[in-house]
Amino acid sequence: MDWHLLITQLLNGIQLGLLLFLVASGLTLIFGIMDFINLSHGSFYMLGAFFCASIVAKTGSLIVGVLGAIIAVFAVGALVEYLIVRKLYKNDHLDHVLVTFGLILVFDSLAHIIWGAAGAVIPLPDILNTQISIATLIIPTYRLVIIGCGFLVAIALYVLVTHSKLGMLIRAGASNRDMVAALGVNIDRLYLLVFAIGAAMAGFAGLLIAPLTEASIGMGNEIIIIAFVVVIVGGIGSIKGAFYGAILIGFLDTLGRSYLGDFLRLFLSSEAAETAAAPLSAMMIYILMAIILVVKPRGLFSPSGLTR
Amino acid sequence: MHSGFLNTLSAKVYASLILLLCVSPIIIHLADTPYYLVLLTRALILCMAAASLNLIIGYAGMISLGHAAFIGIGAYCVGIPAYYDNYNGLFHLALAIVCSAGFALVTGAICLRTRGLYFIMITLAFAQMLYFTVVSLDQYGADDGLIIDRRSEFGGLFFDFIPQPFDLAFDLENPTTFYYLVLVLLLATLYLINRLVHAKFGRVIVGCKHNEQRMLALGYNTYLYQLTCYVISGVICGIAGFLLANFTYFISPEMMDWVHSGELIFMITLGGIASAMGALTGGTVFLLLEEFLSAMTQYWQLIFGLLLIVLVIFGKGGLHGLLMRLQARTASHTAPERRPGKQTRSNKA
Repeated sequence: MDWHLLITQLLNGIQLGLLLFLVASGLTLIFGIMDFINLSHGSFYMLGAFFCASIVAKTGSLIVGVLGAIIAVFAVGALVEYLIVRKLYKNDHLDHVLVTFGLILVFDSLAHIIWGAAGAVIPLPDILNTQISIATLIIPTYRLVIIGCGFLVAIALYVLVTHSKLGMLIRAGASNRDMVAALGVNIDRLYLLVFAIGAAMAGFAGLLIAPLTEASIGMGNEIIIIAFVVVIVGGIGSIKGAFYGAILIGFLDTLGRSYLGDFLRLFLSSEAAETAAAPLSAMMIYILMAIILVVKPRGLFSPSGLTR
Repeated sequence: MHSGFLNTLSAKVYASLILLLCVSPIIIHLADTPYYLVLLTRALILCMAAASLNLIIGYAGMISLGHAAFIGIGAYCVGIPAYYDNYNGLFHLALAIVCSAGFALVTGAICLRTRGLYFIMITLAFAQMLYFTVVSLDQYGADDGLIIDRRSEFGGLFFDFIPQPFDLAFDLENPTTFYYLVLVLLLATLYLINRLVHAKFGRVIVGCKHNEQRMLALGYNTYLYQLTCYVISGVICGIAGFLLANFTYFISPEMMDWVHSGELIFMITLGGIASAMGALTGGTVFLLLEEFLSAMTQYWQLIFGLLLIVLVIFGKGGLHGLLMRLQARTASHTAPERRPGKQTRSNKA
């Protein structure tokens, strides 16, 4: 067994899991509290990366870029909620699907017009563009930064949700939004905040990964589907579910791609194992999702009292 | 329901549209613009896929965001045998039907354990699962797909007892023959779906959409009805995929990208959800719009996106809804003395 590869893959798994959590936590809150399906959530992920790339190119400072991009995506999210999404909460899910699908087309084309088809890179400052070596193991510093930031935001979100007035309303909204509205809470403002915070977190995830992959137009559409799987596995409306679901899916996907072939070789001929491993590892997270749905149709951590 | 044959505005519009589709190869031939036949054939194939989606979204209320998967299944059921030099059309078609029915049965059985948001996301996830599976099949071209050398062959197989000229006439390589095959299959599909919806089966399905608890209380096994409906829809879409692969001489995983599932929903919304002809008008208008807009600007998707948002927020009922409103207006102009107060009702065909 190659321990270096294993540790690298474990780190990759955590990294993917945390990025998924940043996208899925906003998604699950928007689903759970507003009963709104937001296909265009991936667009915020993409916008975060592009905004950051532009600001870094202008100012040369990564910190300004990160903060500016988060604020910008927060503002775009708030604007989208205020102008469009707000009109649709009472409509059925089909309208949500259609409008947010339209939003994807709009955001993708706008990104194409503004930033061009080639995408944009975020150069890392030298201090982050290094490697850390522990014994014989070499780890790029920036991967640890991603993992650290992911955990920090996860903890911050946990504190916000469990220890603040806003968090109390969010939790209440996720388990029974009608009751929250009936108690005289300003539900419009709560919805606006949840939507914008969710957008900002997705944007943050996008700008975190962009220095490694660069900002590109399709990037949001790729992660959004896996984020959906995370939301289903964790249970709609549950942040705890989104966290465990994201980490689980992150590990399963990364480790499956690198070790499923070896595993199958234990009881298949090496040729058969190789042909079976590629499609199977691509299917694995969906198979997990199917199994969880058969056992627990509402996901692992569905908040009790949620009507849908 | 009908106030007479071709008496209503919508019936006239739809009948002339079908008539136009029947004669358009002749017009296109006379005008010498063969490209439009290609465009129209493609539009009709996608209309068929949209019609199958309309059955489950419009009538059954099951919002599937993974329907493009069935197009892909149908297409790969042509492409993979063709890769092994098997061009037997009946085999392709049978394989497409069996595979799409199987996929619909297995995924539908799991998806239907849930409702609402979960259902939307799970259909999407299963479609993506298939997409990534096909992408990982290096043998069949992976990302790049496969080129199909020639179309499925039907001639000489089950026409042994039919005189020669007809046998030869059934050659899909001929674009006009192919167009008419697609048109006949599409009209048959629209008719079948319309009959299905107005039969007891359809009433139960629509009943489940509005109030599933009540249908359960009435003693219907709603799960079985919905699953059957899902499988029928999947098979029709699989046949559309079979046609699409034959049409383009090419298959690739891109055919089942979830963006295409979104476009199918766009088509039926444009034409009018849960209307018998909505898939036909919506699909045709969508394809023609796409064609002309993409010739004008490379940012046509921006216009499409905005159109979609405006359509949902302001334009209830799509083209069919528009037609119905026009019809109600003309009716209120012509018939107020005879039937005051009832004219809008009696004209809903």
